[in-house]
Amino acid sequence: MYDFSYHRAGSVADASSKLKAAEDGKLVAGGMTLIPTLKQRLAQPSDLIDLGGINDLAGIKADGSGVTIGAMTTHGAVATSKDVKSAIPALAHLAGEIGDPQVRHRGTIGGSIANNDPAADYPAACIGLGATIVTSKREIAADEFFKGLFETALADDEIVTAVRFPKPKRAAYMKFPNPASRYALVGVFVAETGNGMRVAVTGAGQNGVFRVKAMEDALGKSFAADAVANISVPDGDLNSDIHASAEYRAHLITVMAKRAVAAAE
Amino acid sequence: MTATGIGASVKRVEDFRFLTGRGRYTDDIERPNQTYAWILRSPHAHALITSIDTKKAAAAPGVVAVFTGADLEAAGVGGLPCGWQVHSKDGAPMAEPPHPPLAQGKVRHVGDQVAVVVAETREQARDAAELIDVGYEALPPVLDMESALAGKSLVHDGAARNLCYDWHIGDKDAADAAFAKAAHVTAIDIVNNRLIPNAMEPRAAIGDYDTATGEYTLYTTSQNPHVIRLLMGAFVLHIPEHKLRVVAPDVGGGFGSKIYHYAEEAIVTWAAGKLRRPVKWTAERSESFVSDCHGRDHVTRAELAMDKDGRFLGLKVSTKANMGAYLSTFAPCVPTYLYATLLAGVYTTPQIYCQVQAIFTNTVPVDAYRGAGRPEATYLLERLVDRAARETGLDQVDIRRRNFIPNDAFPYQTPVALQYDSGDYGATLDQAMGAALVDGFAKRKAEAGKRGKRRGLGYSTYIEACGIAPSAVVGSLGARAGLFESAEVRVHPTGSVTVFTGSHSHGQGHETTFAQLVSGALGIPMENVDIVHGDTGKIAYGMGTYGSRSLAVGGEAIMRALGRITDKAKKIAAHILEASESDIELKDGQFRVAGTDRALGFAEVALAAYVPHKFPHETLEPGLDETAFYDPANFTFPGGCHICEVEIDPETGEVEVVAFTAVDDVGRVINPMIVEGQVHGGVVQGIGQALLESCIYDEDGQLLTGSCMDYTMPRAANVPNFSVGTHTTLCRHNSLGVKGCGEVGAIGSPPAVINAIVDALWDVGVRDISMPATSQKVWQAIQSARAPMAAE
Ligand SMILES: Cc1cc2nc3c(=O)[nH]c(=O)nc-3n(C[C@H](O)[C@H](O)[C@H](O)COP(=O)(O)OP(=O)(O)OC[C@H]3O[C@@H](n4cnc5c(N)ncnc54)[C@H](O)[C@@H]3O)c2cc1C
Repeated sequence: MYDFSYHRAGSVADASSKLKAAEDGKLVAGGMTLIPTLKQRLAQPSDLIDLGGINDLAGIKADGSGVTIGAMTTHGAVATSKDVKSAIPALAHLAGEIGDPQVRHRGTIGGSIANNDPAADYPAACIGLGATIVTSKREIAADEFFKGLFETALADDEIVTAVRFPKPKRAAYMKFPNPASRYALVGVFVAETGNGMRVAVTGAGQNGVFRVKAMEDALGKSFAADAVANISVPDGDLNSDIHASAEYRAHLITVMAKRAVAAAE
Repeated sequence: MTATGIGASVKRVEDFRFLTGRGRYTDDIERPNQTYAWILRSPHAHALITSIDTKKAAAAPGVVAVFTGADLEAAGVGGLPCGWQVHSKDGAPMAEPPHPPLAQGKVRHVGDQVAVVVAETREQARDAAELIDVGYEALPPVLDMESALAGKSLVHDGAARNLCYDWHIGDKDAADAAFAKAAHVTAIDIVNNRLIPNAMEPRAAIGDYDTATGEYTLYTTSQNPHVIRLLMGAFVLHIPEHKLRVVAPDVGGGFGSKIYHYAEEAIVTWAAGKLRRPVKWTAERSESFVSDCHGRDHVTRAELAMDKDGRFLGLKVSTKANMGAYLSTFAPCVPTYLYATLLAGVYTTPQIYCQVQAIFTNTVPVDAYRGAGRPEATYLLERLVDRAARETGLDQVDIRRRNFIPNDAFPYQTPVALQYDSGDYGATLDQAMGAALVDGFAKRKAEAGKRGKRRGLGYSTYIEACGIAPSAVVGSLGARAGLFESAEVRVHPTGSVTVFTGSHSHGQGHETTFAQLVSGALGIPMENVDIVHGDTGKIAYGMGTYGSRSLAVGGEAIMRALGRITDKAKKIAAHILEASESDIELKDGQFRVAGTDRALGFAEVALAAYVPHKFPHETLEPGLDETAFYDPANFTFPGGCHICEVEIDPETGEVEVVAFTAVDDVGRVINPMIVEGQVHGGVVQGIGQALLESCIYDEDGQLLTGSCMDYTMPRAANVPNFSVGTHTTLCRHNSLGVKGCGEVGAIGSPPAVINAIVDALWDVGVRDISMPATSQKVWQAIQSARAPMAAE
């Protein structure tokens, strides 16, 4: 990696000001995505501001309406949290399928959504549950947050502090992993929420996570696997790469959606 | 059997240090005043180098020196040699283009070495390498073998049509005649997918130069340090053996990829001499993908002629083998003498003809990888036999039994040069079928069907040749080296023993298996035995470890040396006990005058050897230290039966290996636990090849599967609990009766997996599936098979 200055932030405000002050600063959370990028010399930040020392960024709070997960909470903590398991078991299940144990014990929800990898799992849960992203500046609805490949609504000096997930009536996530990386080749999050049906797809879209309106409408009429079994997403907007053609991804979306609905029924 | 002798499942003595972080690998070694090398590699698959400007790099912080191909050429550094010469059909020697350690004028694959920066730290070296300005003029890359033969663009000017050789074996006319009287001919097109080895430890090398003695030392991740000393010393750097020591300390896996003499070894050794400072290089994983030799990569058309009863009459095979951009150390022999000679398999096919074209392309060089040639032969043959059964309506098992070489036919001369010494293919098959619960398969298949899944069962009855190799035989086939092994057994004055072996352990557990041989033969505890390997400064000579040769060749050399030790120890005991030498017997560590209670312990005899106060020195020398060199009389022929059971989700194409049974005949088993572990590892690699691993280049010759994010190595979750057993027939030409077990798993398993998939999907209309059978490919195959069915 190239040289950079390292800072350990004591608070969110401290991190914000350090980020602002830096010529080309980068936040580092679990480092699972950022550090390999640095090691391969694909990025050359002037400063790294470590969020690891900010105690109140990590942790899970539950109330009757849902769970709020601090940005620095690891995937492992979410996967094993009693609160998450009882309020939104599908979310705990999703976190438990991210990467491998090492990644789950370092990687964080804040880092994952800020990075917005088109094959990451959390974006599907955020959209699928209609979550709210809490930042150092404001609150952003998930539907407004994910803007395309590795793009989000975050401003340069804005820090994700937490994600608030409302408790759904029922929900499930089905992931078809990329055999090599274990990211989602296709992942479908299905939920019946207080505001209606949501079907969010990750791994497949050329612009990252997206909703499938046709499936949501069908589930609104009948929440059954059969309702989505014949709905396919046009493959024109889907990714095609060495692991899966757009056609195969389109097919998997239907299969995973069907299975998610069955699991949530 | 003693507690630690032959046949005991002794726990591996090396594992404590490996599992507790006490192993000492090349990268763990730090030399005083050490510098670090970073290799600048080609970003192009095929390009002329029009200029290299190193000025900025040389002036960068911490930089000690920058070298290019021109510097090496000026210093008289030679090219990397090839250890095996194959001749074409017409008698012409293979095209053997130069392989400079740093490119000269042209780069030939992404990852090809262009320059080296030596600096005070690794990061400084890498920073400076970015400042080297290389002018490239891109050339059209030669990638696929078919178009390579058209010869429009040449990887090497000296290799017309990009052809390395056009070789053949067998009697073509006789094979044609056999086909002329066939009742049925089955043909199949087979691709053996290119694999990227990925040993856990990346390659590393440290060059060191002693200004006092003028001696060079190379620490390297090698499976065969003496071979590296010979090749690098004699051909590349012109350093005589007594001034060049090569040390291969703990090595974290090789699978073949660490046999070869690599450019980086020569570069750091040469630079250390030039700079008078140690130079260390350690590959990053991304470099491993583009600089460690790849494996396999064959494209084959094969035809099998049968009579009306399904008996094999003849086999014709035509193969294109990818050599990559340069000839790696043993590359030419892999698709010829380690491949085509195995095409008889376990069958009595009387006529076999095989033609092999080896082809240069702008890809990473290809060389031996766990199994080397034999997995390619086995995969082709076992897929073909399976297909033949389906076409003729014979049962998968029946067609094999009909054609097995019978037990009374040994020694069996195949039509493709090899002579098998022993085997019992029917018994191995029976045992495997029992262990795989084949009888219950129909029920399991029906049950899976109820869950919407498709089950299939696939067989592979394979044979391989290892214990490589009788020097006279391989010499006549083009090997430029002997393939014997050496061993020295040194008994110390207090009775402990050090064994110096030319074999090299990089995961195989030699420190345990070999110590068991000593413990068994001398009747002393294993703790009193140390196995030393991997250092040309300590070990007389060695050809190293590959081709499952360590026990059958290296172990046999140890047995010979042990025989000489006991002969001499008996002489000493007879002298002290004042008995006749012929009356002395060695049992449980005691030298006893037969039929009496007069005896000496092993340690007492050892001490007497070094305190030879009353020795008749004309007939009995002091000391107890013996060396043996052993050259095998023949290859050894492990074989066996692998049965794979898969369950396929037709909706997604996912293949799950639900059961895998391996019954292997590896000859006598010294340590059953280690054999089982070797088979597990091999089968995992075989399943990896069959289902997951796929090396993909794009049309520009960029490696798309250049990291573990895209290249799928098998994981624990991809494999079932294995059912592993052995069925032993002894090797007839070594005293231990051993055959070898390191590669059987990787050789036998891939066709069993693919045959199982074809079995599961045959009714759907799927006739073939190529490796790796990824979910997408299986799903696609099901879609394509269903489409015409739906249309009917
Ligand atoms: C082998 C491997 C397998 C993986 N498999 C999966 C998988 O199956 N599914 C999956 O979803 N992911 C997977 N990941 C990614 C993993 O989940 C990462 O943890 C995640 O993408 C990033 O989280 P992090 O905490 O490590 O962030 P970092 O790497 O520290 O940071 C990532 C980016 O986010 C920014 N950032 C971090 N925190 C914040 C914040 N609070 N506010 C604003 N910006 C911030 C950083 O500046 C950086 O740009 C895998 C990673 C690896 C290495």
